[in-house]
Amino acid sequence: MNYNKRIWARSMLAAAAVAAVSGGAFAQGAPIKIGLLATLEGPFAAGGADGMRGAELAVRQRGGVVDGRKIEIIKASSNATPDVAVNSARKLVEQDKVDILVGPLSGGEGIAVKDYSKSQPQVTFINGASGAQATTLVNTSPNFFRFNTEGAQWMFGLGKAAMDKGYKRTMIIAEDYAFPYSQVQGFMAEYCRLGGKVPLKAWVPLGGKDYSSVIARIPKDVDALLVILGGADAVNFLTQYENSGGDKPMMGGSITVSQDVLNYKGKRRDSLVGTISAGPVADSFEGAEWKAFVADYKKNFPVSAGGFPSPSLFAYVYYINMKAALDGLDAVDGDLSNNHAKLRDTLSKMVLKTPNGDVRLDSNRQAIGTTFVTEVVKDSRGELTTKVLRKVDNVDQTLGMKKEDFKMGTRDEPNCP
Amino acid sequence: MSAARWRRAMNTGAVGVAAAPLPAVPARSGAARSMSVDRHAAGTAPSRWKLLSRAVSVRHVLVLVFVLLLPFVATPFFTYQVAAQALIFGLIALSLSFLAGYGGMVSLAQMSVAGMAGYAVAVLGASGTESSLGWHWGAVVPIALAIAILASTLIGWLSVRTDGIYTIMITLAIGVAFYYLVLQNYSVFNGFQGFQKVYPPSVFGINWREPLPFYFLALFWAMAGYFFIQWLVRTPFGIALQGTRDNARRMNSLGFNVTAHRVAAYAVSGLLAGLGGVLLVWYNGLISPGSVGTGWLINVLVIAVLGGMKHPIGAFLGAIVFILLQTFAIDLIERERFNLLIGGVFLAIVLFSPDGLLGLWAKLRSRFGSKQAVTSTTRR
Amino acid sequence: MTKGERLVTAIVVGAPIAAFSIWALLDNPRLYLVTMLNSLTLASLYFIVASGFTLVFGLMRNVNLAHGSLYLLGGYVGYVVARDTGWWILALAAGFAAAAVAGLLIQVLILRRMQGQDLRQTMVTIGLSIVIADVLLWIFTGQVYQMEAPSWLQGPIRDIPVIKAYSAYRLSLLGFGIAIGLFLWWLLNRTKVGAMIRAGVDDRAMLAASGVNVNLVFAVTFMLGAGLAGFGGVIGAVELSMVPGEDTRLLLASLIVVIVGGMGSVVGAAIGAAILGLAETYGLAYAPTYSVVFTFVILIIVLAFRPRGIMGKAA
Repeated sequence: MNYNKRIWARSMLAAAAVAAVSGGAFAQGAPIKIGLLATLEGPFAAGGADGMRGAELAVRQRGGVVDGRKIEIIKASSNATPDVAVNSARKLVEQDKVDILVGPLSGGEGIAVKDYSKSQPQVTFINGASGAQATTLVNTSPNFFRFNTEGAQWMFGLGKAAMDKGYKRTMIIAEDYAFPYSQVQGFMAEYCRLGGKVPLKAWVPLGGKDYSSVIARIPKDVDALLVILGGADAVNFLTQYENSGGDKPMMGGSITVSQDVLNYKGKRRDSLVGTISAGPVADSFEGAEWKAFVADYKKNFPVSAGGFPSPSLFAYVYYINMKAALDGLDAVDGDLSNNHAKLRDTLSKMVLKTPNGDVRLDSNRQAIGTTFVTEVVKDSRGELTTKVLRKVDNVDQTLGMKKEDFKMGTRDEPNCP
Repeated sequence: MSAARWRRAMNTGAVGVAAAPLPAVPARSGAARSMSVDRHAAGTAPSRWKLLSRAVSVRHVLVLVFVLLLPFVATPFFTYQVAAQALIFGLIALSLSFLAGYGGMVSLAQMSVAGMAGYAVAVLGASGTESSLGWHWGAVVPIALAIAILASTLIGWLSVRTDGIYTIMITLAIGVAFYYLVLQNYSVFNGFQGFQKVYPPSVFGINWREPLPFYFLALFWAMAGYFFIQWLVRTPFGIALQGTRDNARRMNSLGFNVTAHRVAAYAVSGLLAGLGGVLLVWYNGLISPGSVGTGWLINVLVIAVLGGMKHPIGAFLGAIVFILLQTFAIDLIERERFNLLIGGVFLAIVLFSPDGLLGLWAKLRSRFGSKQAVTSTTRR
Repeated sequence: MTKGERLVTAIVVGAPIAAFSIWALLDNPRLYLVTMLNSLTLASLYFIVASGFTLVFGLMRNVNLAHGSLYLLGGYVGYVVARDTGWWILALAAGFAAAAVAGLLIQVLILRRMQGQDLRQTMVTIGLSIVIADVLLWIFTGQVYQMEAPSWLQGPIRDIPVIKAYSAYRLSLLGFGIAIGLFLWWLLNRTKVGAMIRAGVDDRAMLAASGVNVNLVFAVTFMLGAGLAGFGGVIGAVELSMVPGEDTRLLLASLIVVIVGGMGSVVGAAIGAAILGLAETYGLAYAPTYSVVFTFVILIIVLAFRPRGIMGKAA
């Protein structure tokens, strides 16, 4: 029953050569157990698997060893529902006795695991890829850390870019749950402040693929549509919109302008040029660290071995959270005494070097980091690609507002019709 | 399993294409036996003792000792996540196997009923969400159970007026529709997010969230449910219900109100599912649409079928196997294909051992020569 | 129903709908009419998928809960064929054929062994739906597949009065729905196989007793029913795209269509599909938050007053 799949064995093989050459201290003392929780079942399985690759990459970069102690990774899976996520987290913490838990993947799971973390003060929880605002705003947990920015932060900067394009009135089309609410807020916080108007928000039922009703409701007097749907859903929307004779320009959420959209073959393909969107990563970012990260990912997880052609958002976010855990452990020399007091203090204060720039935490242990605003352009071969329009550093969770003034995004908040 | 077949056979006046003999005879003899048992029970004290000693075998004592000692031997994790969770899902599956095994009605909405009770606890009681009303648990729990019973009765009333086979369809439709309702409604059900921090109250100075107290809480209600069903199926109501399962038309002509019996069975199953739902929301500490999604609707059926629906213990047996698989499968197989494993196991059980693990056990025992009757004869 | 009751029903149901229609037409005629077209086209898709479900159910008393998985299977196969050959018509045929073959295998290899055990057959289909869905997830991952419409159906039809422009592909769904409906009517009422199927719906035992090879009729019907699901899958893959979870949505739609319309009746499926399409689409256009509630309410009202559905016959 206790036959755990220990992937460190595999990573150790890879690491052994490195360690042998460098002659470094090799794995003294008891191993440090890190639980890795991601969604490996259901529709998010591919993303979850890539998240695990990202986390694994961070471990491999250190040769599977921190301060002479082995890092033992124990995996667990959920199906993107919070109850299963907590069950899996409980197994990692109480059965497998991990010291640190990295995960989970989606918003609802994140809130649930954060609540659970309060009952386990002896374990340090670091987020995986979950991006719900509430996790670090309401009922915060002293031992839950999040080194990635969340949905609202990812959209900060797009409002200004929209105004620059002359979009004064925007209709929003987004799925009806917390993540798009936060994305909409990140956009509107700035957009409304600059004088933009959002007369109508159309919330599409989760999983609904028939956008015809929404398209029928698009008012004549808006300048642009902000579409916050997954890439392939966005293509579906575009097709339906084009087929019904629509012609308004589009803006995208953080997960909208994916390769699916760039490969769009419809007649309005050219009108996609100029589509702006925002997010925590940008494939076309020219930063040296980013390029090194992508290259390292490709080397460790070539497509032939099941990796993605380039690291997904999940891989990146899991990577930086796992990196934070390892960097923190390194800084305190693996000292986990006194309920990880030293480690937690270090994590709260440290400046994490990520491929996209420095990240530090606010008083709720939530990342303050970088957001990219990108635009779709046509390259010399006529292919659509993105380019970075603007890089916004130090975006915090309250989007520059005072804590008292800040309200979490909902269907109706913010509002500027 | 045979109820719909019987009813249809009776309706068309000819036994269908595959005219297999039906186990109606043991059912009647079983019913007769339990009726006579009832008469004994109403008698004097010594015969009651005799009954008790007859009913309680070494097996029962061993199981009781095992479940009572388990939390002191096992780790808190095992006590809470495996044992307590299995007891809760066993209770919910019991509500289904009661309906299906004794009433011949397979309802796929049992998890929805449990979910309604769970949502009632979250909405009316205290949670991490502002829209919760924060009432005292002493008021919340009875209301939650009442809602579950009411909902189950309504579902029963809507579905029993048609043939048995329609039931599965109607209940699935209601169950999935309930899932979409809680997913999309924010004013009451808080949509996709659901409710967090729904914890059991501290009563008598005991924190019922701790593994040990919670295990005994779940054990108490699971056993209560188990013995309640054991008792109920021997009452005149239970026997009449089994009669409606085996031959509704004959029961009707004997003067029984078949519809009323079936709806009442739904009400009983609603109570069990509601209990399970309240415990489940406390166990998880949260409830979200995922808890009542299609996956779980079907998982409850998987649990009940896995264990075997001919005896109440099957539900718990199935739950233990299911929860063990769910918890530890990742250590054995790639977790990605967990649904394939569960689906495959379920398919194999339905195809090769329709009576589940209990049926398998019975087959083994009969093969290796036990003199006792293999399955409890009161079941069919 | 007596005449009086019918009148009361007509007023109770009709009056609010009429009042709403007048208000909506005055308020925004284009939205109302576009939504009407959206409803009917969506209803066509539901009809195509649900008619297969109801056929199988009517004849075999088998609630095929793997019907949604067959829809998904047809959609994926159609996608692959269209991607590799570029022929959309071929994709339609392939989707139909793949689901039909899968249905045939299910019927011949599994369901036939337990003929007469309705409940066990239904449970087998539940197990199959879990397995098929997971295998499809394994092969195609959780990615969303968007199929392209054939070029002659791409883009809008313009210059329609009031509506202005409407999707050509979407409108073609209506044509598909009507064509399938007519085909089924012809098949059931004008052919020998149809006569056998109708006879089987009414009395299976008598059909067998009169010397018809019931197994063959069952196999053909199951193939046809499954094939229609696959056909619907290819059509749906263009308009709604293919992704895990669509199987449940279409299964739910089929269930509601069949419960509301009356089980085993193709006409009932058409009526049920129209009601569901109208309720869903108008709900989304005019009261998006509560669109799912309408579906719920319709289901409960119909079950309360017509337990066997609008066109359902008493047993």
